[in-house]
Amino acid sequence: MTGNQLMFAIFGMLIIIFSILTVTSRRILRSAVFLLFVLVSTAGLYFMLNYQFLAAVQLTVYAGGIVVLIIFSILLTSHISEKFEVVGMKKQIFSGLAAIAGIILTISTILQTEFKATEVAAKEVDMEAIGLSLLNYGENGFVLPFEVISILLLAAMIAAIVIAKKGKTQKP
Amino acid sequence: MNTGIPLEYFLILASVMFFVGIYGFLTRRNLITILMSVELVLNSVNINFLAFNKYLFPDQFQGQFFGLIIIAVAAAEAAVAIAIIINIYRHFTTINVEDVDQMKF
Repeated sequence: MTGNQLMFAIFGMLIIIFSILTVTSRRILRSAVFLLFVLVSTAGLYFMLNYQFLAAVQLTVYAGGIVVLIIFSILLTSHISEKFEVVGMKKQIFSGLAAIAGIILTISTILQTEFKATEVAAKEVDMEAIGLSLLNYGENGFVLPFEVISILLLAAMIAAIVIAKKGKTQKP
Repeated sequence: MNTGIPLEYFLILASVMFFVGIYGFLTRRNLITILMSVELVLNSVNINFLAFNKYLFPDQFQGQFFGLIIIAVAAAEAAVAIAIIINIYRHFTTINVEDVDQMKF
């Protein structure tokens, strides 16, 4: 077993164990912290695939931003010591069956498919190449998605402010 | 290049994570935990995009930019969802999906 495979096994185990704990833990704050572990292990996988920039974005935006936002809203809306009631047996069984059937179907499809590995040499993905193609409209240019995503982020920011703003009519 | 790890391993890992997210989406009652399940699903799709880009089309950028855009969409979605959740909490003083039923009839 090479070092690469060992690292992949560790990250894979961490991701699977902590994602199961995320959806089954009965304390909401713990569940958020387990989600953080999943996201950090995913960043580790991106580092293994040699996508340093995306791994950094994952760590800062996902693990740094979204999880902190979720934890803030947990603190605003729930009691920390409160435990969820146990999910009903029937619901648990049917949801588990649906999930397991989906996993089996997907994995059998994946194992039957022949993926053609390419002979093309990997392109070096450094910051300069990413920045140039984000603002390039020719070959390998992604300026349209970049602009669309910037407008989406602006709209989401305004929407979040407008929705969460306290209305004048609703006094407690 | 990743010696010794086939592409299938990444895909299997991502699909297990995806369906764990689906399970959480179906069983959870609290709005914030449902949001966390959706984040799991988005994250697993992201792993798929990057693995395909690395193994099958290493000379192109598409998968990577899809990954970036998915992360941005997830951030926007989380911000709007949390604004809505806080507003719901203000109205109903609960975020349990079964108690929020004012628009049902």
